[in-house]
Amino acid sequence: MKTIKLILFFLVLIPCVAGAQPVTDLLKKVKARLEKVNDYEATGKMKTDVVFLKIPVSNIKSYYKKPNRFKLTRQNGVSLLPKGGVSVNLGSLLLTDDYSTIDAGYSTVNGKKARVVKLLPVSEQTDVVLTTLYIDEAALVILRSNTTTKENGTYEMEMYYGKYTEWGLPDKVIFSFNTKDYKLPKGITLEYDDGTKSADLPKNKKGKVEITYSSYIINKGVSDALLK
Amino acid sequence: MWKLLQIEVFKIFKRPRTYIAFIAIWAIVTLIQVAIYADGAKYMDFVLRDVRESFDIIGRPLNGYFVCFVILQTLLIHVPLLVALVSADMIAGEANMGTLRLLITKPISRTKLLLSKFLASSVYVLLLLVWIAVTGLFLSMAIFGTDGLINAKSYEIIIINGNDVFWRYLLAFCFAALALITVAALGFFFSIFAENSLGPIVATMSVVIVFTILTTLDIPLFQSMKHFFFTSHMIAWKGFFEMKTDAEGIAIPGTIRNLPAILKSAGVLLLHIVLLVGGAITIFNRKDVLS
Repeated sequence: MKTIKLILFFLVLIPCVAGAQPVTDLLKKVKARLEKVNDYEATGKMKTDVVFLKIPVSNIKSYYKKPNRFKLTRQNGVSLLPKGGVSVNLGSLLLTDDYSTIDAGYSTVNGKKARVVKLLPVSEQTDVVLTTLYIDEAALVILRSNTTTKENGTYEMEMYYGKYTEWGLPDKVIFSFNTKDYKLPKGITLEYDDGTKSADLPKNKKGKVEITYSSYIINKGVSDALLK
Repeated sequence: MWKLLQIEVFKIFKRPRTYIAFIAIWAIVTLIQVAIYADGAKYMDFVLRDVRESFDIIGRPLNGYFVCFVILQTLLIHVPLLVALVSADMIAGEANMGTLRLLITKPISRTKLLLSKFLASSVYVLLLLVWIAVTGLFLSMAIFGTDGLINAKSYEIIIINGNDVFWRYLLAFCFAALALITVAALGFFFSIFAENSLGPIVATMSVVIVFTILTTLDIPLFQSMKHFFFTSHMIAWKGFFEMKTDAEGIAIPGTIRNLPAILKSAGVLLLHIVLLVGGAITIFNRKDVLS
């Protein structure tokens, strides 16, 4: 009986060990894919969904240059972007080796099986407390990341891939974050009451920024002036 | 009628006090522009204090459109007082100089005389607004450039694309003209009761100040009454800087959130003008003019 139990145990364990690669190797592969990109210029559209912000969908351009220079510009207008959010480049999540990894098993992201890896910064000086990555092992891309910070709450990035999967660059990024209350005294704003405001009062505090990229120009050089 | 109007406009611009308003506007606009040029970032920090911690601003929020918005917000509360200086003097000034009785002995109807005087006050109001547009909008655009406009309300922030702002200003200035002509009508109405221009000027200013305070005080009693004050309709120009949103709460460029409410406010102001000018003409036609 004891022998049968031992055989069954190894029958279950061995395939699991053989099929799952160590998370450090997986992270290295994902990082290597992202490191193929030295720079890019991306064009897209940005949609901001924050309860107290009324911003039209806008055409944007984003510029990236290794190791972690990133800039997002909006055509024909100003905009508000969550701090440390959209500007976080995927590569910068894995930029340093200054973190410990924990294998947290598997999960599903938008119907895709994903390996869950938790990154714990070794340094106590960083604002980030914990980052959880959901990685597509087959495509070697990050499908989702959850980051908990000391100062800026928790934010989540969800990535959808298409034409630029081989570079590890997403076609769509959805960035979710917590927002704080917004209020200005009426004595300052002297606003016109058209009777519609009561229906628009803030109810939820979760904000969302969605960027859909239509094209990337990869490794063709990006001027430093564009990143200032 | 055209000749009468020309004469009345000539009389307005012959008086030194007429130019006080133009100088005052130029001074206020320049002060605001200098202040924003020197320390605009701090002002922007104050306006966006609740979102500064969590959000980064991309683009140039301190641009000519924003400066003009601040100028209009400041000036359109005070310009009515400057309008009263001229409109409330239109009849009372003549009575004070002893020329009113002489004037109505001329072979023109009292109605035509009053209408020409009121239209002349309206011309003055329009020229004041043109002056505000030149100094407050066009000069600010030249100094600060253009970009999207941030309209910070008490409970939300509206951001309008740079190419979607200018037409809103044109409509806002047209509405401001209607609002200021309402004040001119009020001053004109008070003017027929006095033989000294000081009384109607102070009375007009007092009404505007009291109503404005009651409009801005966030006290439930006054909030329920504020729709009866014409001053709460005078700020409807701000409605042009709000956009409709789709089901997801995303602003739609090229739209006005509540045009019917703005048109209603315009109707209320127009009704005030008709009633005040009509009342002034009716009373003046029956009045025994002794001075």
